[in-house]
Amino acid sequence: MNDMTPPNALGAKVQTTLKDWETDQEVRWCPGCGDYAILKAVQRTLPELGADPASTVFVSGIGCSSRFPYYVESYGFHTIHGRAPAVATGIKLANPQLDIWLVTGDGDGMSIGGNHTMHLLRRNLNCQIMLFNNEIYGLTKGQYSPTSRVGTSSPTTPLGSVDRPALPCAFALGSGARFIARAYDTGKQLGDVLKAAYHHHGAAFVEIFQNCIVYNKDVFADFTEKAVADGHQLWVKHGEPMLFAKGAKGIALDRAALTLKVVDVVDGDWQAAEVIVHDVTNRSVAHMLVEAPFGPFPMALGVIYDDPRPTYEDAVLGQDAKAREGKDHDLAKLLAKGQTWTVGNTAADPA
Amino acid sequence: MATVLAKTQSPASSGSAPEPEAVVVRFAGDSGDGMQLTGGQFTLSTALAGNDLATFPDFPAEIRAPQGTLFGVSAFQINFGSTAIDTAGDAPDVLVAMNPAALKTNVQALKPGGLIIADSGEFTKRNLEKAKYAVSPLDDGSLAKWDVMAFDISALTLEAVKPFGLGNKEALRCKNMWTLGLALWMFDRDRAPLIQWLKDKFRKNPVLADANIAALNAGHAYGETAELAGPLKQHHLDPAPSPPGLYRTVTGAEAVSLGLVAGAQLAGLKMFFGGYPITPASAILHNLARLKEFGVTTFQAEDEIAAICSAIGASYAGQLGVTSSSGPGIALKGEAMGLAIMTELPLVIVNSQRGGPSTGLPTKTEQSDLYQAVYGRNGDAPLPVIAARSPADAFECAIEACRIAVQFMTPVILLTDGYIANAAEPWAVPDPETFATFPVSFLAEKNGDGVVLPFQRDERGVRPWIKPGTPGLMHRIGGIEKGIDTGAIDYSPAVHQAQTDARKAKIDGVAKSTPAQDVIVGNTAGKLAVVGWGSTYGPITQAVRRARAKGLDVSHIHVRHIWPLPENLGELLKGFDKVLVPEMNTGQFKTVLRDQYLVDARPLTKTSGQPFTIAEIEAAIADQLA
Repeated sequence: MNDMTPPNALGAKVQTTLKDWETDQEVRWCPGCGDYAILKAVQRTLPELGADPASTVFVSGIGCSSRFPYYVESYGFHTIHGRAPAVATGIKLANPQLDIWLVTGDGDGMSIGGNHTMHLLRRNLNCQIMLFNNEIYGLTKGQYSPTSRVGTSSPTTPLGSVDRPALPCAFALGSGARFIARAYDTGKQLGDVLKAAYHHHGAAFVEIFQNCIVYNKDVFADFTEKAVADGHQLWVKHGEPMLFAKGAKGIALDRAALTLKVVDVVDGDWQAAEVIVHDVTNRSVAHMLVEAPFGPFPMALGVIYDDPRPTYEDAVLGQDAKAREGKDHDLAKLLAKGQTWTVGNTAADPA
Repeated sequence: MATVLAKTQSPASSGSAPEPEAVVVRFAGDSGDGMQLTGGQFTLSTALAGNDLATFPDFPAEIRAPQGTLFGVSAFQINFGSTAIDTAGDAPDVLVAMNPAALKTNVQALKPGGLIIADSGEFTKRNLEKAKYAVSPLDDGSLAKWDVMAFDISALTLEAVKPFGLGNKEALRCKNMWTLGLALWMFDRDRAPLIQWLKDKFRKNPVLADANIAALNAGHAYGETAELAGPLKQHHLDPAPSPPGLYRTVTGAEAVSLGLVAGAQLAGLKMFFGGYPITPASAILHNLARLKEFGVTTFQAEDEIAAICSAIGASYAGQLGVTSSSGPGIALKGEAMGLAIMTELPLVIVNSQRGGPSTGLPTKTEQSDLYQAVYGRNGDAPLPVIAARSPADAFECAIEACRIAVQFMTPVILLTDGYIANAAEPWAVPDPETFATFPVSFLAEKNGDGVVLPFQRDERGVRPWIKPGTPGLMHRIGGIEKGIDTGAIDYSPAVHQAQTDARKAKIDGVAKSTPAQDVIVGNTAGKLAVVGWGSTYGPITQAVRRARAKGLDVSHIHVRHIWPLPENLGELLKGFDKVLVPEMNTGQFKTVLRDQYLVDARPLTKTSGQPFTIAEIEAAIADQLA
């Protein structure tokens, strides 16, 4: 179901190593920050994709995550708070051959830049969006963010936050996204998720849970910690049943309530338990998966939804090309368009 | 301009009375009456007759305000004549009022002795009430100082279009063509181009075309018959002397659009235009959306910020990024302008100014965004600012903005205003062969010792333009302060000092590439310099001419390059005893001149949403020299 993006839009696949994607810049994240793991995963994945540094552009907004472009040896643009999607749209329309990776965070992409995130997804600009969700404002020293859970104590919410958090994947689906995936910083599956995003022709939205060890330490530990991972992570895979807890549990449809439910799987007989087989093109199930509350449900991870549709830049540039067909672009003719008249040397003689 | 239709003139126009040199006509009606269309077509006919002209469309912010109300009146004023015309005229000689509200809101502007043409069919009890008239002004003698021609245009139109079987509402919509027909007769105009235009416009509905043509002809015929009695008479204004060549009419919004297309071609670049709808700037986006064959991509963004950011993205990728808005939208773009300044990317930002602050006066004109353009960003964020003085001048200014943007790797603001954007004037169609090109070159290989130095400056302080996609030149840019040459993050004290200085020096240096300031009218030194910028050009230049004709020692200087200012401007101003700065704000350019030159510039300000009249500036000149 995936239209394959040409691996290197400017030409053939390029052979690189992780080292080729490192810059001479000193990385300035806090020691132990989840961003390091994400950076390494990206630098490890790009050579596997055969990506070409010369045709790759990392575009970011503002925040801890948005320093990312400075650390990747490709083209990079560290823009302003929340506006990376708009800048990326201009880049892609000006040169659709460029492969764009958008790096943003929960504050940058869901708060100040929420509007741009929505419209980029709605338009379906062909790019990869990595939203680092750490449920906190790190770079401004720990204020609560639009994804912080109710009760988050922070400098601006000393008594605990009272507003309900946004769900980035639900937001993305609601905006019309055609690719939704989830992973977490230190998870070994992050690379595979990024590869799937890369191969999706269109806007690919990846929420990456990222541990801010200074201001929101271990906020995802209840599903990322090794001891609890099996019981609380549901890795969905196209064509495979939605099983977790080493196959002892699964996700089924509660037909009466039209919701998902967790079911026990006895002796591996998931069919008997009516466990759902994951279909990445099923938008309804995708909605249910990203809305399912963590706790009663495991955290759904992996490629949750992937159903490509024509991209924005193809539509715009295709229409432009059609409009140009057979038309000349003679500036002199354009300037003299409309009703004109000539003035002679003696008196005027209307044309 | 003469008062041309005064009662004192002889009734017969041919022979005995001299023809006027110029006439000002104002069409006023309900916003649904099609007055802008009528005015636009009358303008075209005026241009085809070879008269010089200037127009002033003046309409409410509401699209269809409740019918018949005072705030729903839409007006279009045109000044035309057989001599040079620089303004839309101080006071109309003729007022066409399509209903009581139009009469009430416009009649006080009419010259004493001027002519009122009113549609008596609309002077119903209900409409009079809506216009807050207790008695019909057509009956109570309150219009005695003017000539009044009131007749039932509505009924006459219905009669004329009867054969076409239109519904009452549709039939009445032909009223504006009836009125136009009458106006064409009054000024001895050829109907043929208008008839052709109607045929083209209603190509898909020939019945509507025929009905409108019938209304146009009926209005024209009415003039011929009515001439026998009453004050309505025919006038013929000879063509204005203009240099030979091909002409067309152009509005400021059209001229900006064409200038941007020309500018991109002269730079050898494709253009990316990111815009968001806003009055009165949207017309530029509309125009460019139809010019794709010229390598233009237009993008209607989700908001003003996305509009400029997408343009910055396109410039980064190697196209000429352009964005456009009006004051409130420009305010939203401020932070992104800083990004373009910091990353040193070319960008053109067009501001069609309107009355402010906040939403202010969306459809009215003002020049109150000068501070915003020159100073309105966080940090030390200099960028060049250019102001167009007329619709036709906006073409050259747009090219100039493109040139500076790509030659100096900087965002440039082009200021026009609501008046320039909407007003039309004759334009000698330029020959593109005569334009100087300014081709762009992108960096093709490493410019350092085996490394890329994206911020290595040339002798003018300008960095190279590097297109992503170029092998071997990968680099990072951003809004955060950067190291000398390398562009790597560096906000150490010495580096920020050096980069701030470098950014300022680069923009100051733009003045070396712009022409010296000239004097439009008068001597290069003397008692009084009237210094203007933007759309005050017309009234200032006329006022200065008149004052000089009376023997006053006054000159007109009109500044296009608002920032950086022309290198000789300070010296030039020192040659005058006094400096007067008329502007449609509370004195913004005056402050800039005082700051830059310690000159005692005096303000002449107006913020009514209406352009200056010649008389207002003439009076201020007399005052200064008294």
